Amino acid sequence: MSANEFEPRIIGFLCRWCSYNGADLAGTSRMKYPPNLIPIKTNCSGRVEATHVMKAFADGADGVLISGCHPGDCHYINGNWRTAGRYPMLKKLLEQLNIEPGRLRLEWVSAAEGDKWARVVTEFVEEIRELGPLDWKDEVHAEYTDHDAGELKEAVTA
Amino acid sequence: MSKPKFAMYWAAACGGCEIAVLQIKEKILEVGENFDIVFWPVATDFKYKDVEALADGEILLTLFNGAVRNSENEYMAHLLRQKSQVLVAFGACAAQGGIPGLANVSNAAEIKELVYIDNPSVLNPDRVFPQERFEVPEGELDLPHLYDTVRALDQVEDVDYYIPGCPPEGPQIWAVLETIIGVLKNGGDLPPKGTVLGAGTKSCCDECSRVKEEKKITGFKKPWEVPWDPEKCLLEQGIICMGPVTRDGCGGRCTSVGMPCRGCYGPPPGVTDQGAKMLSTLAAIIDADSPEKIAEIAATVPDPLGTFYRFGLAKSMLRRAKV
Repeated sequence: MSANEFEPRIIGFLCRWCSYNGADLAGTSRMKYPPNLIPIKTNCSGRVEATHVMKAFADGADGVLISGCHPGDCHYINGNWRTAGRYPMLKKLLEQLNIEPGRLRLEWVSAAEGDKWARVVTEFVEEIRELGPLDWKDEVHAEYTDHDAGELKEAVTA
Repeated sequence: MSKPKFAMYWAAACGGCEIAVLQIKEKILEVGENFDIVFWPVATDFKYKDVEALADGEILLTLFNGAVRNSENEYMAHLLRQKSQVLVAFGACAAQGGIPGLANVSNAAEIKELVYIDNPSVLNPDRVFPQERFEVPEGELDLPHLYDTVRALDQVEDVDYYIPGCPPEGPQIWAVLETIIGVLKNGGDLPPKGTVLGAGTKSCCDECSRVKEEKKITGFKKPWEVPWDPEKCLLEQGIICMGPVTRDGCGGRCTSVGMPCRGCYGPPPGVTDQGAKMLSTLAAIIDADSPEKIAEIAATVPDPLGTFYRFGLAKSMLRRAKV
């Protein structure tokens, strides 16, 4: 796959109270932004566990966007505070795994910010396009193939 | 009538699991009474060819400890699977990848470079590395091939049961052996395949003797940075303790002497990625008056990967670092 053919696959976790409605607003306002993001509606950005982010990357996402209500606006009072705490640890963890931390992004988008949503997605898609494919599933796990039993026997019991 | 056959093997492991078996003390005699030991390199002088000579499924029980990180480990995993009716991933390395699994942040070439060149106590100007094959007048010598990725046993072969722990606790080991001996003598069914034996189904906190109240922490500390408190939950004192995301069964031995849980019993049922779960847990208990402050505190966890995935990197969702 050449660089200009690469289309990023991005998973977006959007809280249902703010960001999902913000994305809806962008749609109903007919704002244009790239179609590379697959939105997943969660009740709160605080519901997005590190496990979900890991799973997205492990299964082939090139980038993950977490988007929730602005601090202070959370429907559950402080659900997004948890997100705020997980984010720096996740970034550091990704860095330790040699994954560019820029593949994970946290944004606060309110239900009124359709324009911000469109801008964030456009920017993020471009950033991931720059970084190139992560392709965790195919690239990193390629060596998980069974070795030939005969070769192993020869190598071990020679 | 010949006795059922027993084997124990270590792959990429420190040897602690082998010693842990001796924690069953005089009960080891009962193992000898009920089983014929056909292969146990640390204790008996049987060779790989003796195992190869056995019929398929002739060994009743094999306790396999250690992760799989080279061609020899992998060959023995396949061989022992073929020859055993019951293959048990014994200990954290076989069950989770364990400490050797942390090598998955690197690869074989980098590790060799560190060990044979960059190590401060090594002088190797000619860049001499061990070779996998080497001709000597007496014939050819060989070494196993070191893989880039360390794997848990069930990522290589079909596993019947898991006994977690680094190492598994003596009474737990005996409980498992006793069950199997009981089934052999009196009939009955073995637990369903895939069961984690010799451990509980709750978290380590359930067994920990410390008093737990509301968890609100304002920063992370090392055990020596806080005044000795024999009663209070370690996590509530700011010490990163993996107890909430670790399976019980050990009896809370580390926490009872003031050391935080390191997570060796692996994740409890329902948790797929122990490290990610711990990360989420920690973020939820940081106490500050703004999300910015929380993020600031969260950023001070010194080594998320080494702390949260100390025993479980090989079996985590991402399994290894990108090279």
